[in-house]
Amino acid sequence: MTITRAYAVALVGLEGHVVEIEAHLGHGMPRIHLLGLPDASLNEAKDRVRAAIVNSGYSWPDDSKIMLALSPAALRKTGSGFDLALACAVLGEVGTIPQGQLDGTVLLGELALDGRLRAVRGLLPCLLAARDAGLRRAVVPEAALAEAAPVEGIEVHGAARLADALSFLQGMCELRRPAPPGEDEVAEPPDLADVVGQDDARQAIEIAAAGGHHVLLVGPPGTGKTMLAQRFVGLLPRLSPPEALSLAAIRSVAGRLPVGGVLSTVPPFVAPHHSSSMAALIGGGTGIARPGAVSLAHRGVLFLDEAPEWGASLLDALRTPLEEGVVRIARADGTVQYPARFQLVLAANPCPCAPAHDRDCVCPSLVRRRYLGRLSGPLLDRVDLSARMFPVTALAAAGQGEDTATVRARVLAARAAAAERWGPLGFSTNAEVPGPVLRTRFALPRSAVRPLDAGLRSGQLTARGADRALRVAWTLADLAGRDRPDADLVEMALFFRDRRAA
Amino acid sequence: MAAKDVLGRRGEDLAARYLERRGLVILSRNWRCRHGEIDLVATDAKRLVVCEVKTRSDTRHGRPAEAVDARKAARIRRVTNAWLQAHRMRWVPVRFDVLAVVAGPGGPATIHHYEAAF
Repeated sequence: MTITRAYAVALVGLEGHVVEIEAHLGHGMPRIHLLGLPDASLNEAKDRVRAAIVNSGYSWPDDSKIMLALSPAALRKTGSGFDLALACAVLGEVGTIPQGQLDGTVLLGELALDGRLRAVRGLLPCLLAARDAGLRRAVVPEAALAEAAPVEGIEVHGAARLADALSFLQGMCELRRPAPPGEDEVAEPPDLADVVGQDDARQAIEIAAAGGHHVLLVGPPGTGKTMLAQRFVGLLPRLSPPEALSLAAIRSVAGRLPVGGVLSTVPPFVAPHHSSSMAALIGGGTGIARPGAVSLAHRGVLFLDEAPEWGASLLDALRTPLEEGVVRIARADGTVQYPARFQLVLAANPCPCAPAHDRDCVCPSLVRRRYLGRLSGPLLDRVDLSARMFPVTALAAAGQGEDTATVRARVLAARAAAAERWGPLGFSTNAEVPGPVLRTRFALPRSAVRPLDAGLRSGQLTARGADRALRVAWTLADLAGRDRPDADLVEMALFFRDRRAA
Repeated sequence: MAAKDVLGRRGEDLAARYLERRGLVILSRNWRCRHGEIDLVATDAKRLVVCEVKTRSDTRHGRPAEAVDARKAARIRRVTNAWLQAHRMRWVPVRFDVLAVVAGPGGPATIHHYEAAF
C-alpha cells in the first residue's frame, strides 16, 4: 500500500495553512473520493484534474478507487488553488513523478480542462505561509509569477501548463523564474499646486498627513474637496517593505493586485461610492469573509465623498476599525482579522442645496441641521480635524499654492520627529500613541492642557476627544519644530477639531 | 431486440461465462420483481454474489462502471432482498459485484471485475 503526498496551501483570511494532500489508489469501483471538508469549487476539482491530466497526455488510473485526503482534515478548504497539487498527487501515485520531487514543494494553481494552469486569488499569502512552514520550492501559474516576486526565502517556478510543471518535477526541464521586483512605476499622484486657495483645508490635510489623523472637509461643491483628498496620498511617506507586503497580501486575497507594481510602495487611495454595501466597505462574503475597502486602504487613505449620503450604519461600522486599526469579521466558517489602519478623509456639502455661497442657501434650518447630523457624534468624535472650504472667488488672483514636494518635505520632517520620539515605545505616528502614554510619560504642563480641561468641564469635549486633540497638538509641535506643544498649539488643535466648524 | 439489448445480452453472456470459469455457480439470470431486475445471482459456496453487469461497446461515453451510481446500488439491494425472500433464504452473506464489459461489435471483449463494489 503506497501513498503519495503533495503540498498546497489553504487560506483563512490572510492566514495560510499548509495542506498535505495524500493520494491512494485502492480496489473498488472507479470513483474519486475527496476527503477533508472541500467546498463546492474544490469538489469540482475531481473533474477538472482528471480532464487536465488526460488532455495533457498522461494516463489517468481509470480502474481504481482514488482516495484524495486533504489534511488537516478539520479545516474547511475552499477554492480551485488545490488543482495542481491534486493532479501531482494522483500522478505520483501512478508513478509519473517520484515522491522525492514532491517533498518540500508547494504546488498552487487551478487547472483548465485542457491542462493550462490558471492563476488563483491569494497566491502571495499562500507562498508566505508555505515559506514559513519550511517548504523550499514552489510551482505556481506562470501568469502569477509577478505576484510571487516579492516573496523571499522560497524558490518559485512558473508553469504555463500542467505538462510543463510535470516535466519540471521529473527534472527534464527548467521553468521561468520570477523577475526581481523592479521599482514600481506608478504615476505620481496629482500635485497639490492644482488646488486654488483653501488655505484652511490645505493646512488641515498637511497636519493630518504629518500625524496620521482623520479629516473632515466641508464646503460647497466645486471648491476642491475631492481634488484635495486625491492629493492627500502624495503627502504621505512611501510604505516600508513590511507595510507594502501586508498591503499586497490583502490585495492578493481580494483579487485586486495591480498588474504592474505588485509590491507598490505608494500608499493606497480608496474611494468607494456611497452606495457601497457593508460587505464592500468593511469586508464580508459567505463562508470566510473577504477584505473590504477599509483593508484595501490599509496604510493609506479611505476617502468617503458626500459623507452624509452614506448610510448611518455604514459610517458607524467604521468606528471600530478607526479605533483599533483592524477589522474582525465573523462568518459561518470562522472569524478572520484583516489589518485596516487607514486615514479617513470625509467630504461633505454643508447642506443639500449647497450653493456656492452659503448665504444663498434655501434649505429650511431643520434640513440643514439634519444633513450634517447624519454624521453621528461618535464618528465625528474620531475625526481629529475638520476644515471649512470656501467658494473660489478668483481663479487667477489667489496665486499658486504650495506644491506637493514643499508640503511633503515638511510632513516627512514632522513624521521623522514623531518617529524619533515614539520609536522606543513602538509607535511611528502621533495618531497611534495611546492616550495613557500621552497623559503620563509625556504629560504636558498644567498650563498647556488648560484649554482641554475647560472643554471637558463644559461638555464640549469627550475624554477621547481630549486625547485626540492632544495628539493633534503634538503633530502641530512637530510641524513647528518644537519639542512639545504649548497652550497655543493645544488651542489650535481644538480649533481644528471644533465640531461647530462643520 | 434493439441493438442495445443485444449488446447487453452479449455482455451478460460473457460475464456469466467469466464467473463460471472462476468457479462460481450461477443461480439466477435476469431475475425480475416489481422493484427491478438483477443481472446475475451466483454463489462461490461461501456467500451469495449479486452481480450488476454493465456493457459498453466502447469507452467514448465513459467507462461502464461509472454508470453504476448510488441510486442503482440501492435498487440492486432492494431487488436482492426480494430475491432472498422469494427463495426462502435465511441469513446469508452477500457480496455485490460490478462487472464492466467493454465489447466492440465482433471484436474482443474486456471484463473488469470489481468485487464488493458497494
